[in-house]
Amino acid sequence: MSILGNRVLRREDPKFLTTGGTYVDDLPIEGALWVTYVRSTMAHARLLGIDVSEARQAPGVVDVITGADVDLAPLAPFPFIPQTMAWPWLATETVRFVGEPIVAIVTEDRYQGEDAAELVFVDYEPLPAVIDPVEALQGDVVLFPEAGTNVATGQPAAGATDLFEGCEVVVRRRIVNQRVAPCPLEGRAAAAVWSDDGRLTMWSSSQSAHGTRDELVNRVGLDPETVRVIAPDVGGGFGAKVANYPEDLLVPWIARRVGRPVKWVESRSESMVGLGHGRGQVQDIEIGGTRDGRVLAYRLSVVQNAGAYPRIGSALPMMTRMMVDGVYSIPRVEFASTSVVTNMTPTVAYRGAGRPEATAAIERAIDLFAAEIGMGPADVRRRNFIPKDAFPYTTSVGTVYDSGDYDRALDLVLEAADYEALRKEQEQRRERGDVVQLGIGLCVYVEITAAGTNGEWGAVEVLPDGRIKVRTGVSPHGQGHVTSISMIAAERLGVAVDDVEVVYGDTDEVLKGVGTVASRSIQKGGVAVHRAAGEVLEQAKKVAADLLEANPDDMVFDPVGGRFHVAGTPALAKTWSDLAAAAPGGLTAAVDLEGGGPTFPFGAHVAVVEVDMETGKVWLRRLVAVDDAGRILNPMLAEGQVHGGLAQGVAQALFEEVRHDEDGNPVTTNLADYAFISAAELPSFETIHMETPTPVNELGAKGIGESGTIGATPAVQNAVVDALAHLGVRHVPMPATPQTVWRVIIEASAPATG
Amino acid sequence: MIPAPFDFVRASSVDDALAALAEHGDEAKLLAGGHSLLPLMKLRLATPAVLVDVGHLGELSYVEDGGDHAAIGALTRHRALETSDLLRREAPILPAAAATVGDPQVRHRGTLGGSLAHGDPASDLPAVALALRATMVVRGPQGEREVPADEFFRGFLETAVGPDEMLTEVRVPKVAGAGWAFEKFTRRSQDWAIVGVAAVHNGSTGVALVNMGPVPLRATAVQAALAAGATAADAAAVADEGMDPSADLHADADYRRHLARVLVRRALERAGA
Ligand SMILES: Cc1cc2nc3c(=O)[nH]c(=O)nc-3n(C[C@H](O)[C@H](O)[C@H](O)COP(=O)(O)OP(=O)(O)OC[C@H]3O[C@@H](n4cnc5c(N)ncnc54)[C@H](O)[C@@H]3O)c2cc1C
Repeated sequence: MSILGNRVLRREDPKFLTTGGTYVDDLPIEGALWVTYVRSTMAHARLLGIDVSEARQAPGVVDVITGADVDLAPLAPFPFIPQTMAWPWLATETVRFVGEPIVAIVTEDRYQGEDAAELVFVDYEPLPAVIDPVEALQGDVVLFPEAGTNVATGQPAAGATDLFEGCEVVVRRRIVNQRVAPCPLEGRAAAAVWSDDGRLTMWSSSQSAHGTRDELVNRVGLDPETVRVIAPDVGGGFGAKVANYPEDLLVPWIARRVGRPVKWVESRSESMVGLGHGRGQVQDIEIGGTRDGRVLAYRLSVVQNAGAYPRIGSALPMMTRMMVDGVYSIPRVEFASTSVVTNMTPTVAYRGAGRPEATAAIERAIDLFAAEIGMGPADVRRRNFIPKDAFPYTTSVGTVYDSGDYDRALDLVLEAADYEALRKEQEQRRERGDVVQLGIGLCVYVEITAAGTNGEWGAVEVLPDGRIKVRTGVSPHGQGHVTSISMIAAERLGVAVDDVEVVYGDTDEVLKGVGTVASRSIQKGGVAVHRAAGEVLEQAKKVAADLLEANPDDMVFDPVGGRFHVAGTPALAKTWSDLAAAAPGGLTAAVDLEGGGPTFPFGAHVAVVEVDMETGKVWLRRLVAVDDAGRILNPMLAEGQVHGGLAQGVAQALFEEVRHDEDGNPVTTNLADYAFISAAELPSFETIHMETPTPVNELGAKGIGESGTIGATPAVQNAVVDALAHLGVRHVPMPATPQTVWRVIIEASAPATG
Repeated sequence: MIPAPFDFVRASSVDDALAALAEHGDEAKLLAGGHSLLPLMKLRLATPAVLVDVGHLGELSYVEDGGDHAAIGALTRHRALETSDLLRREAPILPAAAATVGDPQVRHRGTLGGSLAHGDPASDLPAVALALRATMVVRGPQGEREVPADEFFRGFLETAVGPDEMLTEVRVPKVAGAGWAFEKFTRRSQDWAIVGVAAVHNGSTGVALVNMGPVPLRATAVQAALAAGATAADAAAVADEGMDPSADLHADADYRRHLARVLVRRALERAGA
């Protein structure tokens, strides 16, 4: 019997629930100075002067650093983006978003930093700001005059003019996938200590210690041999802590400059403008087909808001493109995107990163099409699904889906939700004219996990006492990887989960690593450990054979007790500690995983909402979800990922949006104004089990970290629209705030004029 | 996120606090639960030079039977209002409204006096004080005076409490058996009200609104309509009359007006007015 598939409790929790974690801010670093960044208060302005003379004199100030002091090349964007769109470490000539760092103040303690920051006087010459990405496309205001355009990158359409030929019905609509803030509970943080022998230790609240190390090498010019990066306990990242930022990468540079340890921990107010934002696409959707429900053509044209400095966010439309077809077999599909810079916080990856945008577009499009032809949304979906015998399936853009069964996912979720009964109740409420109406929304999705990041490193070592030490390149920050990775090693080597030590997030302890991003940790990091454990098993078998003077082929491994014996004589068995002692070089193996490719989890969600027709307020009453991520190693951990993902998906549909005034001032800079979702806004989720293993890896596992988010948003948005459908409503923008919904109701209810 | 420097005085009694206020004048601010003042200080929107801490003074934390009214010490926490048997019996709208303030942490720190003295039009309890026709007891160098709720809220974050004075007690008329409703409209369960309505029907009807202007407001047009015999629905139709609600992230003025009309109607129906 395997431990895999069991609800093993999180080994991490006793610590978190008793003493708590140790985050960067908690590290007791003796003699550490504090860094405070003075940030732009203007969305777009020329800097005429930065007066730091008074700040220098303020109590406790050790150093005041401006961009002129920083002898590093600005942070260059991806090669396919105009290089003039580089991000200065500290702004010197122009600021391009509210929150952009201008001055770094180094003080003996944290309080003095904020006091001194008030004494920095920045002379701004305001420039017009551009906030709307569609306006940015027009280029009336250009952020980087040297580039001569706001366009950072793009993917042109193939340009088929006859895309919608033969369609009896074509529906077109512009929809907005709004900007949201990732809001990890722990903001960004970094600390740096240089030792006397010239080695740097940096602690970073990051999703990848190795990625941070590489950034220090590439951007700060440090020698990799002299750099140790540690990601201690990290309080969430959601993609926003995959890449680094000027503020954290500059911390080691500052520490070297002042000759003392240095720490920087951002406040929530800073995090809301400094940590990258997610999503931010304007989408033009066009869908056409026959009146009996066959979709023949679909076009998605995206304007991606990349924020002021193009980062990973500018490349998200590539992911959107990969998943543009969704779960449907559509004969003709076209995709185009343009990523533009605007006077906003840079856009980064956020839970789903390009795929939720693709799903939101196609799942809205399908509903719009269904409404237009007067067919049920479930029926239209079924009519167009990629059939389960078509896998591996190559989509219109060449993405190869590994495995799937979308019909079954939809059947399961409709049955669990009792869809027919819900429709009946909706009908009754409509007939009675109830103040509170019911809406039912569907989403069937497929997504891509472990995209673009094939490699991962893992090592397994048998310790002298027979316990197992595992090193992994993944970098957990809340997922429970210590538990799942030790389950993999324990299962393979026949030891107790508690006898496996998992080491991660430290570049000195772990040779290589990609990190915890793109829902990849088990299918890549887990598989690497699984293989390394397999190699150790083979080594051990040989050693055992030597010890027992037997042929290795006659050796039997007893996975329950973790012992080797000769077939037929189980009493004479060798344990892991026997074998570790006997193996000349010890029992150890490292695997540098390559290839394998991505996997494609899928699922179906049903959202049930109630809408107060007088006030526009929406309550999510039920969320029923099938999320199939292949083989599940620990259902409890998987459910945790699904629950968090669903919550964030609902948040985008109903609550959250990063907003700015017309001058580009962010107006959602705290968690009172930014409507961050809490448990109180959510029903108990109904999650339904379905496992379709992937042939891509030996664990059969796909990623589960982001799918909840991807499926929930369109399901909930579609439910809100559905609640108002009897008024003729076809679309409600996200987030469906009470005021927004009320306006839609008013407009739909207004007597038609003329 | 860190307040500007300030001096801190821990008052040992109400008299001691008043003496400290007299000494430091305009520079000083009383600190009760700190849940309105400290956020402003952390954003450096408020920069008092001296904080006079009264939050721990037990002498002003009580709910007592005052005969025809319940007498509530200014430093009584929201949580104590929420759980007071006397109030649940005699003025149930107050514990019910207190239970909707923020989250449990806020309710264990924030005080009734702080909530009223801060005079925030978005706060819940000022509207309840208006609907209940409460009386505020204010103490200062000249002694004690009583201020009716209708004269207490003067302007945006401005009340009848002078800089050298302190709100010490709130007297709430007993209205056991009266109809009442507190309607709080929020986006999230623990948010501040976008619009709120407090209604108490005890023969005549008291109606007050949260967040419909720069100060906590009595819905005078509604009350007048009801007094003239209008139905709840008709009275609610004038709920926003004379109001000048602001626009913010969650609601523009039109939507606030609409919400006031809907919520007043619902409140009046529930209160049996
Ligand atoms: C996250 C959060 C959510 C909240 N949500 C809500 C909500 O939904 N509804 C709501 O109504 N409130 C809400 N509040 C505010 C909360 O109710 C506050 O506790 C209350 O408004 C102020 O009370 P306090 O004791 O904390 O006052 P403090 O912050 O200590 O003081 C506020 C002001 O009143 C003055 N003051 C205090 N006591 C006296 C006194 N006895 N005499 C004279 N002046 C005095 C102070 O000098 C200061 O100017 C919330 C607060 C937070 C932090």
